Amino acid sequence: MPDNLQLNSEGKLKHFLTIEGLDKQVLIEILDLAESFVGMNDGRIKKIPLLRGKSIVNLFFENSTRTRTTFELAAKRLSADVLSMSIATSSTSKGESLLDTIRNLEAMSVDMFVVRHGISGAAHFIAQHAAAHISVINAGDGQHAHPTQAMLDMFTIRQIKPEFSRLRVAIVGDILHSRVARSNIQALNTLGVAEVRVIAPKTLLPAQVETLGVTVSHNLAEGLQGIDVIIMLRLQKERMSSALLPSETEYFKCFGLTEERLKIAKPDAIVMHPGPINRGVEIDSIVADGPQSVILKQVSNGIAIRMAIMAMAMQKQGAM
Amino acid sequence: MERILIKDGRIIDPANKIDRIGSVYIADGKIASVTNEPAGFKADRVIDAKNQIVCPGFIDLSTRLREPGQSRKATFASETLAAAAGGITTLCLQPDTIPVIDARAVAELIKDQAEKCGYQQILPIAALTQKLEGTELSAMLALKQAGCVAVSNANQPVKNLLVLRRAMEYAASHDLLLMYRANDFWLANNGCVHEGVLSTRYGLPSIPDAAETIALAQCLELAELTGCRVHFGQLSSRRSVIKLHQAKKYGLAVSSDVAIHQLHLTENNIIPFDSAYHVLPPFRTHADKEALCEGLVNGTIDSICSDHQPHDLDAKLGAFPETEPGISSLETLLPLMLKLVSQRAITIEQGIAALTQNPAKILQLDGGALTLGFAADICIFDAEQDWQVNSENWKSQGVNTPFWGHIFKGRVIHTLQAGKVIFSRSVLTR
Amino acid sequence: MIVNRLQIPSLLDTLEKQIKQTIVSRRLTDPLMIGIRTGGVWVAEKMHQRLAIKQPLGLLDISFYRDDFLQIGVNPNVKPSQLPSQIEGRNIILVDDVFYTGRTIRAALNEIFDYGRPKQVVLAVLIERDGKQIPISPDCVGISINLDAGQRIKLTGPDPLGIEIQSVDVAA
Repeated sequence: MPDNLQLNSEGKLKHFLTIEGLDKQVLIEILDLAESFVGMNDGRIKKIPLLRGKSIVNLFFENSTRTRTTFELAAKRLSADVLSMSIATSSTSKGESLLDTIRNLEAMSVDMFVVRHGISGAAHFIAQHAAAHISVINAGDGQHAHPTQAMLDMFTIRQIKPEFSRLRVAIVGDILHSRVARSNIQALNTLGVAEVRVIAPKTLLPAQVETLGVTVSHNLAEGLQGIDVIIMLRLQKERMSSALLPSETEYFKCFGLTEERLKIAKPDAIVMHPGPINRGVEIDSIVADGPQSVILKQVSNGIAIRMAIMAMAMQKQGAM
Repeated sequence: MERILIKDGRIIDPANKIDRIGSVYIADGKIASVTNEPAGFKADRVIDAKNQIVCPGFIDLSTRLREPGQSRKATFASETLAAAAGGITTLCLQPDTIPVIDARAVAELIKDQAEKCGYQQILPIAALTQKLEGTELSAMLALKQAGCVAVSNANQPVKNLLVLRRAMEYAASHDLLLMYRANDFWLANNGCVHEGVLSTRYGLPSIPDAAETIALAQCLELAELTGCRVHFGQLSSRRSVIKLHQAKKYGLAVSSDVAIHQLHLTENNIIPFDSAYHVLPPFRTHADKEALCEGLVNGTIDSICSDHQPHDLDAKLGAFPETEPGISSLETLLPLMLKLVSQRAITIEQGIAALTQNPAKILQLDGGALTLGFAADICIFDAEQDWQVNSENWKSQGVNTPFWGHIFKGRVIHTLQAGKVIFSRSVLTR
Repeated sequence: MIVNRLQIPSLLDTLEKQIKQTIVSRRLTDPLMIGIRTGGVWVAEKMHQRLAIKQPLGLLDISFYRDDFLQIGVNPNVKPSQLPSQIEGRNIILVDDVFYTGRTIRAALNEIFDYGRPKQVVLAVLIERDGKQIPISPDCVGISINLDAGQRIKLTGPDPLGIEIQSVDVAA
């Protein structure tokens, strides 16, 4: 179901909700298109007219200045008109229903929604109920998916290590709550990497996680052996108060990426992180700022990838 | 009172071990004979049940009709029509109405409304605690006297086991059955699907089966301690069946039911993010489903219920975890039971017993059987007739079912309640 | 009139002559030559060499400026445009292989003007065919031809350069 929802009648991308259900070819097309947008950044031309006249609304039910700004910039570089809305949702304030929010915006001639929401499945729901001409991009829904982040991670990896089939990738941290982890696992497997390894304490792993197509390790030192790419996940403060972990210090002792631990991985291994970084909790500053870190590259690639995804989702919408 | 002859049907009455072609004679609203025509019997009405099955009307141990208080979702009028169309002649009403059935007045209101819509047998289940909040006991005796057949805390938790113990002791002292849905509030952790492959893949908050089995184990211990009779409603997991089997072997006065849809669907059937599949307890694994079926066959699980929960459209419109759980299921109860029979998972006698004889036994009712002198609650159905779940055929106000659009075999032709025909398919214009 | 392979050199000769004349008549001092990908670049490379233009050849990709994005979508294998120097105040010789509807040139002009404001732009094409849809005309041509309905003309290359005429199903 989700995959058919994402493709239009000609099999072209219409919504971008999750990596699941998209085949390798579509992912490569996104990466290739993003490549050409990166080239555009020689600074001489700031925008291209690809989406001129189109209206994009950033619907952020969950706060995120970084992601929202990247999407805004990406839309503007495609010459689209952008509107950003931060919608507070709390159980006490009974605001508009999700459906009503969408309908009201549709009445203002919108072409695309970029949605970030705290509940898994929100983007799918919006895609299913929005008017037929609207495209929906998932900027992160609950714990389910963050497909644009996964694509920019794949893009960053490809820039440095173009041969996916040889790569062993480790994802370290709170897999249980991470939509970044889920989408990355799907993207890596679709692109055919040699191995995806999740490294986490038992409390932070979802049930039967191997069914996602990963190997599991509970020990960072063991788990990093033979690894080409290390993706560190952010540890959120709430995990301590919900009895998942005793303290940040203890987490860092077992699962923090220090210089010594980094040496266990392959000598040319790269270090990634979706941000924002908790220095001294999941990663040591010296590693985050070190030569093997590509964290800043990830950030700068974020705009080009989002431009590519938005352009691909909007194309052929005027098909006769 | 009409005298009715139901003739030439296949009579299946597990309580009296009947399975043969024959006729049923009804007089004064009661079963007069299931063998020979009583002397001087003159039928006011003859129902031809040729090629149809005649069995006791179904007793549904867990339903919600949404009145009083939530008529936006459904009403007594709409849901009793659906029940009658589904061959169900007795409905047990869960106490989570608005207001909660924790006061005599509410129970009496329900009886009045049942009478007004021409469906007498709506049996209210009393709230175990006031407002279902799990802290203070409700007036169980008064509620029993007002017609409540059991006590239950619906789907609300009783977080303090001491309160549960005392409530069970009190219920036992008035010989009241506790109907208990085993679910530990903390372990369930606001989940909406089974903790397993699906929840992991889609990042959905999940409920481990331990949430059910641990609460079940606690309640079994309290049942032994207090002597309270307990009926465990809507089981969903294999390990619950195992515990129940051991408890019965050990001699505890316990019984159980399973919602019919749990015998058909697992987490693998869930269409991702489709709120029609949002139910509590959640659909679990294939192994759980198989164990529930086996439990039904070997008697560990005594009965099947519909767990009917009709909803308005808005309740199911939203991101999956934010939608309200529950299926509108009165009208699919019979066809889903027959589907199990056709799959050879159970025999038709077992299926009918699970809907009639056994629920009657659990509730200690004189019913669920075509015994002479019992109220003539009867269901006459055609096991071969196909029909589709669509807006033409569906009577319930709630269209929230994952079986929407499905074609089923098995259709009720007549339903009689206390000797009165409350549903007749031939009367309908289609 | 059908054009066959052997006449490419003569088309190039004609085009070269015309450009030379235009450089004089339009006073194109220190011209910047820009070829439109892909066929226009092949032609531009030849002209650039023959005319011994000092400035390196500019390469223009118009994929992101096309007006049919909504109909046919985006080409994922786009190489970025490479314009070696400033556009501002320059005399530009824009080169393409086939001039047909004029939309490609419109897109190319839009892109060039996003880079800066040139002094003037002169358009040189190897083959001009019938079927114009936009009021733009080339200033220098290798040859002007008319094709039958349903025919398309295409430059093949880069080495050797060739010409192909294809029949395409005509939409009703």
